[in-house]
Amino acid sequence: MDGARRRFLEWSIGLLAATGLLTHRQDASAVEPPEVPPWMKSPGAGFNDYGVPAKYESKVTRTFGRSQAGTTGSGAIRTPLEALEGTITPSGLHFERSHSGVPDIDPAKHRLLIHGMVKRPLVFTVDALLRYPMVSRVHFIECAGNSQLLYQPTPPNLTVGQTHGLVSSSEWTGVPLRLLLEEVGVERGAQWILAEGADAAAMSRSIPMAKAMDDALLALFQNGERLRPENGYPVRLFLPGWEGNMSVKWLRRLKVVPAPIMTKDETSRYTDLQADGKALMFTYPMEVKSVITRPSHGMSLPGPGLYQISGLAWSGEGTIRTVEVTTDGGRSWLAAVLTEPVLPRALTRFRLPWRWDGGATVLKSRAIDDAGNVQPEREKFIAQHGNNAIFHCNAIQAWSVAASGEVKHVYA
Amino acid sequence: MSTRDLACAVIVFVTAGCAGARVETPNLGRPATPAEIAGWDISVGPDGVGLPPGGGTALKGAAVYEQKCQACHGGKGAGQPNDRLVGGHGTLASKTPVRTIGSYWPYATTVFDYVRRAMPYVQPQSLTDEEVYAVTAYLLNLNGIIGETDEMNAQTLPKVTMLNRANFIIVYPRRGP
Repeated sequence: MDGARRRFLEWSIGLLAATGLLTHRQDASAVEPPEVPPWMKSPGAGFNDYGVPAKYESKVTRTFGRSQAGTTGSGAIRTPLEALEGTITPSGLHFERSHSGVPDIDPAKHRLLIHGMVKRPLVFTVDALLRYPMVSRVHFIECAGNSQLLYQPTPPNLTVGQTHGLVSSSEWTGVPLRLLLEEVGVERGAQWILAEGADAAAMSRSIPMAKAMDDALLALFQNGERLRPENGYPVRLFLPGWEGNMSVKWLRRLKVVPAPIMTKDETSRYTDLQADGKALMFTYPMEVKSVITRPSHGMSLPGPGLYQISGLAWSGEGTIRTVEVTTDGGRSWLAAVLTEPVLPRALTRFRLPWRWDGGATVLKSRAIDDAGNVQPEREKFIAQHGNNAIFHCNAIQAWSVAASGEVKHVYA
Repeated sequence: MSTRDLACAVIVFVTAGCAGARVETPNLGRPATPAEIAGWDISVGPDGVGLPPGGGTALKGAAVYEQKCQACHGGKGAGQPNDRLVGGHGTLASKTPVRTIGSYWPYATTVFDYVRRAMPYVQPQSLTDEEVYAVTAYLLNLNGIIGETDEMNAQTLPKVTMLNRANFIIVYPRRGP
């Protein structure tokens, strides 16, 4: 084995060990050439009805915090960003945020009611929706509370999935909401739509008519298959780029109204308390953000040499234009390579080769979108917003690299 | 190009879903009856639209609270094991803000809407409208916003002024404080 390959393997194993992904240790010499590996000497397994990941990847799982006291389904579970590459999140690793568990909905019994300020209040079956013209779009969805631990005064001692894993990306296929609104006939003066889910929380949010008529979807498919139950089966609202809870899952009702309903989740919950005691309301788009996923907290570099920095950038307000990376604690910034296609309101993979000299340093990434929004340094972000908010934190994430190779979450 | 060819070209153009063009749809929605709508329309706006008949006071609500809410929200809304519902006044600009119905929520109608749709957590939509009015009144009274004999109903609830109402800044459609 040459030196570079050995270092790569050691680094990979270091990563796996650090992130709990190392599922087994095997004697590498057992399959080294010229020996023919045993799996070539007898036929392999047969077919599955539904494929699952390799058993050796069984530790690549989501991180669950805790459900609210006395409940099992009120909380969130996070995507292991450190273990993934590319830009599409496997549906089984998509983050989840539910307010009262995942309902078990028979699609044959589910109905969508559209009423309120409309000429013709209508009821749709799921089978009916499946006959409408559809579009497919790749978009991220991000919980408003993603990265909220960066509000705390000390750096969280957690992996990137645990701090930033409330963002995921899929190809969503569904019916443009505009088509159904045209069918019911929206009356003049109707500026908002109350969207309500069929879960036990009857989760509800008021949606501006402008967004509903622009790019809102009634999503039926995720990554080619029907929605997963935890992502809104059989039909969810999908609002590209906006805070995740507004993309109401298990959608059962749309009421066209003249003004916001001021539901619990748009007044007491998803509002942003500032240091002066005022609170921002209706902070819909998720701001421009990026994070380095590899190397990241909990990993260990085995020694000096060439590494590939890899990370994700996204903006709910447009398309990622540039991601800059610093490998010297902010003294200099280099433009990373963006992996095509770079799509609006979608996760964008950036990569940059980096030759580590073995010294202690700090890595950071900074995203800029095509609307000119620049991801802020954490110090500046906290100075502006304070520590009391819970949502919409898009501060720059810093990872320190020690001379030992250990990578840690730091504020720098 | 003949007129017929031109007509075909136009149809192709429209059904291709070009921006701004009307896409042809199968029109499969069936009319919803008033009774169907009434059974599902549980949202209540800050103007009180959607509030049902009936009413309740804090005095009546105390009993509902103790039976249906206290196990999760503590005696008199003090919290534990779940969210605190009472107090926290004057803490929002401090280093340890306490967000409760009293200290934070901007609209009283939201209490009715949320309790009716989602509470009690293990039995949502099980309370009668009278019980929801009463427990709403109880929570407002515990927060010092209304008196214990003030009846909350479709007329009075939207008129309640919440203490933190003026401290919300609506940023849509423009972002920024």
